[in-house]
Amino acid sequence: MGRITLEKVTKSFGDVNVIPPLDLDINDGEFVVFVGPSGCGKSTLLRLIAGLEDVSSGRIVIDGDDATMVPPAKRRLAMVFQSYALYPHMTVRKNIAFPLRMAKMDQAEIDKRVNGAASVLNLTDYLDRRPGQLSGGQRQRVAIGRAIVREPAAFLFDEPLSNLDAALRVGMRLEISELHKRLTTTMIYVTHDQVEAMTMADKIVVLRAGNIEQVGSPLELYQAPRNTFVAGFIGSPKMNLVAGAEARKHEAETIGIRPEHIDLSDTDGLWKGRIGVSEHLGSDTFFHITSDISSEPLTVRATGELSYEYGAEVYLSPRLEHLHRFDAQGLRIA
Amino acid sequence: MATQHSRSAARLMMAPAVILLLGWMLVPLTMTLWFSFRNYFPLRPDREPGWAGFDNYVRFFSSSAFWPSVQTTLVIVGGVLLITIVLGILLAILLDQPMWGQGAVRILVIAPFFVMPTVSALVWKNMFMDPVNGLFAHLWRFFGAEPVVWLSDASLGSIIMIVSWQWLPFATLILLTAIQSLDGEQLEAAEMDGAPVHKRFVYIVLPHLARAITIVVLIQTIFLLSIFAEIFVTTGGAFGTRTLTYLIFQRVLESQNVGLGSAGGVYAIILANIVAIFLMRIVGKNLDA
Repeated sequence: MGRITLEKVTKSFGDVNVIPPLDLDINDGEFVVFVGPSGCGKSTLLRLIAGLEDVSSGRIVIDGDDATMVPPAKRRLAMVFQSYALYPHMTVRKNIAFPLRMAKMDQAEIDKRVNGAASVLNLTDYLDRRPGQLSGGQRQRVAIGRAIVREPAAFLFDEPLSNLDAALRVGMRLEISELHKRLTTTMIYVTHDQVEAMTMADKIVVLRAGNIEQVGSPLELYQAPRNTFVAGFIGSPKMNLVAGAEARKHEAETIGIRPEHIDLSDTDGLWKGRIGVSEHLGSDTFFHITSDISSEPLTVRATGELSYEYGAEVYLSPRLEHLHRFDAQGLRIA
Repeated sequence: MATQHSRSAARLMMAPAVILLLGWMLVPLTMTLWFSFRNYFPLRPDREPGWAGFDNYVRFFSSSAFWPSVQTTLVIVGGVLLITIVLGILLAILLDQPMWGQGAVRILVIAPFFVMPTVSALVWKNMFMDPVNGLFAHLWRFFGAEPVVWLSDASLGSIIMIVSWQWLPFATLILLTAIQSLDGEQLEAAEMDGAPVHKRFVYIVLPHLARAITIVVLIQTIFLLSIFAEIFVTTGGAFGTRTLTYLIFQRVLESQNVGLGSAGGVYAIILANIVAIFLMRIVGKNLDA
């Protein structure tokens, strides 16, 4: 079981209020991703749940028990740190066995669990090495192994993939998702990378300055962002946000249209623009187009075959059924 | 060839330093070896100088003062190492905690290292350990106890205390820098893994400090084997505080027997090497990797 509820949780460091009162429900078995820009309080929130920081006020309830004052070791949560935090002087086997030894489990059970975790994570050949002799991806797996042997109520991941190179990151992303499907244990995952959030999460929590901007499934957030911040943060490339005269035509202060919802044409369309930089990815092409309706260039996603000269004039047709409208406060107009 | 050129140029430029260092070491060593095989009494015209063979070595070794002096040396080295490392680790952990006036406190802690050995020994002898007017004597009397005559009744302990006071800052400083380099996430991970404070210390902090402790042990041992001033100005080698170094000093200057003292010097070199081999065996493996 791993049901975690935050009730009116706040955190301040001295005079600085990092997390204003915050409520959140995390259901058993869910993969929840906290996502937001640097300094939005997502890591702090995770550390509050872990118990590494004390809440300033409010309650943290784990499986129905008030865990607010419970020390980290007793919360039955396991954490994977950004730096992996492996113990450098211990072998991989001892690293993974460490939480079990601390729990004074008997040696046969320790061996069984360590070997089990090692085979799940493909670490069997490395059990007698030290962390310094492993690659980044292997260290990451050791850190995960150290977490899963405890059979915790929930896993906490603090930006675990940010120290890996791009190719490994995609691989580890899949492995963690795979692990979640197999263990069906609650996982809370902190990242600033919205791609990780979109691909892995059952539920995304978008944070800004300690406030929850929106909670929902990846597709809910993508299709119906609650405000301009979520609209701009979720999705890659970013949603085009246009304010001013063009927005008022649609009875909104700001309108948003995703790059894949704009069609390009040589002859006619709603807006006229001039091609800037084109990014050819093979499967897709991203055009950055300057136009009169917005000071920011608009991004348009087109098929990989399409190609325009730099400076060419084009017409843009947004698909109006996919247009997002926001009011003066930046909130979505239904 | 460019590399050939630069290599010989490098040798040429290194030469002065190497020659100076070699000379610095080899000249006194050779002279000591030479004198150790001679009868040489510069201030005693009644004794004939001449070749002595191994007489000096046999006399120094079979003297009743030899083994006690070796023992005293090892006790002082061991005692000081124990005290400075245990207290050094505790002080380093303490100084690592964030507190007001951290910078000033750290400088104060390091201060004893800047006091010359002679001066600090005299301060301890006269200000703290004097059985009539010393601070300790006052403290003892305040509690109604009989003051301890430190330098004669607890002479070895007193010297260990003085020398430890001098070397504690060094140990603290090295260990503090080591503690500061410990990754905080490792401690947090251990905390989440269910390790209470003392186990985090044993399993995470101590292994992390192993290399720094090794360095402190090695460097301190080199210097502690030759402590002299602290003994000279306090007990003058009496009350069982005569170390090997002090014994050599007495043979050379008090007995005016340069040959005998030189033989003792060679023994001191041998002792230092034995200690070094043991230390390398025990702690040297921490310096690998």
